[in-house]
Amino acid sequence: MTSTTEPLPLEQLTETTLLRFATAGSVDDGKSTLVGRLLHDSKSVLTDQLEAVQRVSASRGQEGPDLALLTDGLRAEREQGITIDVAYRYFATPRRRFILADTPGHVQYTRNMVTGASTAELTVVLVDARNGVVEQTRRHAAIAALLRVPHVVLAVNKMDLVEYRESVFAAIAEEFTAYATELGVPEVTAIPISALAGDNVVEPSANMDWYGGPTFLEHLESVPVTHDLSHCHARLPVQYVIRPQTAEHPDYRGYAGQIAAGSFRVGEEVTVLPSGRASRIAAIDLLGEPVDIAWTTQSVTVLLESDIDISRGDLIVPSKDAPPTTQDVEATVCHVADAPLTVGHRVLLKHGTRTVKAIVKDIPSRLTLDDLSLHPHPGQLVANDIGRVKIRTAEPLPVDSYADSRRTGSFILIDPSDGTTLTAGMVGESFASPEPVKDAAEDDGWDF
Amino acid sequence: MTTAAEVKGEEGTAGPYALSHLDALESEAVHIFREVAGEFERPVILFSGGKDSIVMLHLALKAFAPATVPFSLLHVDTGHNFPEVLDYRDRAVAAHGLRLHVASVQDYIDRGVLRERPDGTRNPLQTLPLTEKIQSERFDAVFGGGRRDEEKARAKERVFSLRDEFSQWDPRRQRPELWNLYNGRHAPGEHVRVFPLSNWTELDVWQYIAREKIELPEIYFAHEREVFQRAGMWLTAGEWGGPKKDETVQKRLVRYRTVGDMSCTGAVDSDATTLDAVIAEIAASRLTERGATRADDKMSEAAMEDRKREGYF
Repeated sequence: MTSTTEPLPLEQLTETTLLRFATAGSVDDGKSTLVGRLLHDSKSVLTDQLEAVQRVSASRGQEGPDLALLTDGLRAEREQGITIDVAYRYFATPRRRFILADTPGHVQYTRNMVTGASTAELTVVLVDARNGVVEQTRRHAAIAALLRVPHVVLAVNKMDLVEYRESVFAAIAEEFTAYATELGVPEVTAIPISALAGDNVVEPSANMDWYGGPTFLEHLESVPVTHDLSHCHARLPVQYVIRPQTAEHPDYRGYAGQIAAGSFRVGEEVTVLPSGRASRIAAIDLLGEPVDIAWTTQSVTVLLESDIDISRGDLIVPSKDAPPTTQDVEATVCHVADAPLTVGHRVLLKHGTRTVKAIVKDIPSRLTLDDLSLHPHPGQLVANDIGRVKIRTAEPLPVDSYADSRRTGSFILIDPSDGTTLTAGMVGESFASPEPVKDAAEDDGWDF
Repeated sequence: MTTAAEVKGEEGTAGPYALSHLDALESEAVHIFREVAGEFERPVILFSGGKDSIVMLHLALKAFAPATVPFSLLHVDTGHNFPEVLDYRDRAVAAHGLRLHVASVQDYIDRGVLRERPDGTRNPLQTLPLTEKIQSERFDAVFGGGRRDEEKARAKERVFSLRDEFSQWDPRRQRPELWNLYNGRHAPGEHVRVFPLSNWTELDVWQYIAREKIELPEIYFAHEREVFQRAGMWLTAGEWGGPKKDETVQKRLVRYRTVGDMSCTGAVDSDATTLDAVIAEIAASRLTERGATRADDKMSEAAMEDRKREGYF
């Protein structure tokens, strides 16, 4: 592993994979420095950007360039010296492309961490080696568990300030891993680093020869991004019906959508929900190319053997593996809007490609992230609250448990009067549920 | 059925069900186009004839094949266009049977609504013709080719970005965007700007152009051109107000990294005449696309944020 200030070899540019990951960290734990170093060492900070940072830093009388200026993009952020919103950053190594959701660490921005984690396959929880696991660390671990991010990295930063002692790292790693495992996080990788000095970020550290694992970047480059699809329930939300009605394609009727989970094959018997009508897949078009099989996150167009009524909002599933439909959705939610969510609230619920009217029937509990205790019947959820809700929908919805599918187990609530996104929802039980959690044996799928 | 071991693949590499980064970005962009087609009444694609809008059109064609693209195109014509780009625009419209709307900066100047700036730059003048066209045509979703890697204010941009009845962007009041559940709700008079290339980088765009063999206007490739230097950039002489007395024209081998208004879009020295050469050049470049070629972004630390707030892309 070397810092990639040299151009990337061309033959390695095209066949790389994409990893989406999110950072989480408290104020002053060195998150900006870590992000700055990753961007810098992967050649993602270019001369003119660095010059702009140097110019502004100098005009403020700062000695060196303030790397936080690279990531704080808004006027208000620069004025206040804080990050107020999720930003997305891009960098690449010869092995992989990265999309980083750079999320603020303040507790009042829980919704931003939820936003970043919703699309992430990996979350980085940063800890200051001098302070160890603190309340904020537990909140970050809880949110990563709640959002079912498949991989969690604990980056124990500022090792240079604890004389690079193995015992300090080992104690923090053990405490965090025990806590995260209890929450149901399937994989924790702990890495001792110094973002400032560069230890174990891109280059292995000479100061910590007791550590035999990968550097932070090596881990990002090698963590697997796909999962075993054989355990996944195949799901295709219909986005749009393609009907050319031309001389060349007089009878073409294709159901376009992005496969949310699992895979579909030509010849497979499928059922359309919520109507329950069945047919067989006659053909699959992968953006103009006919294919025999297509799988999750591919955008496809499916043609069926029989002419049945299907429109946007329907869900195509294998007949042998259809989810139940229900008008009573129970979920864990994170409230993201400033106005509170209350019992009796009339909302719109967007699930997959379907938006339906709904009403909040009950808010049984609110979660205290600090100690994961449940506050019963809080009456309302305010911004950044996480809680359990019961929602009645105007039409039946084919929902999966979020534990089974991050795509078809998630929804958002929308205010019908002004369109505000109110709430992020995850269907089914979770660690925040007072009901007994599922047996580990039947809950091995961390698909998304 | 594939076994878990097969799917996991070799250490550090992807299994058979992993998408390459270009396939993943393509699939996501197609999903965004189809969401807009499913949820909006009058969407339009902003089309400048530059590489990003050309890639957007290519993705839209794939998203709805074998049917036609259910959107029209909108070109904001500054009056200072590269002729090769206008030519490309008209050929693309004809080839795909599309409808083209044009918002003309020159019309606004001729009518006395807008005044020519002393520096001759018309980029900031585009905002009014653009936003008035959106209102008069009642477009409710406007696709832009903006990418978050371009600029730090754009790094904060949503994929679906709500604009008020004055087309203004308020970065502090953006809707959180969760999973791939885009919220397109808007009140009458408001519209949503949609950025299907949000997660692409300049290099991704070029690699995709190469993979898909997409034709581009020839000014993207190295050619001999009469240029003069202003503010550290090579500008093409033209009726827009260059060169001035103390600026001398010379013939150089150059190409363009971006396409925009001639008065503020600079060429770069280059001998890259093929897509592979262009990709190699960009991979090795130490300058960002905008830093190398756009004068208007250098006006202030928050130039892009300020223009976006007013309704610019």
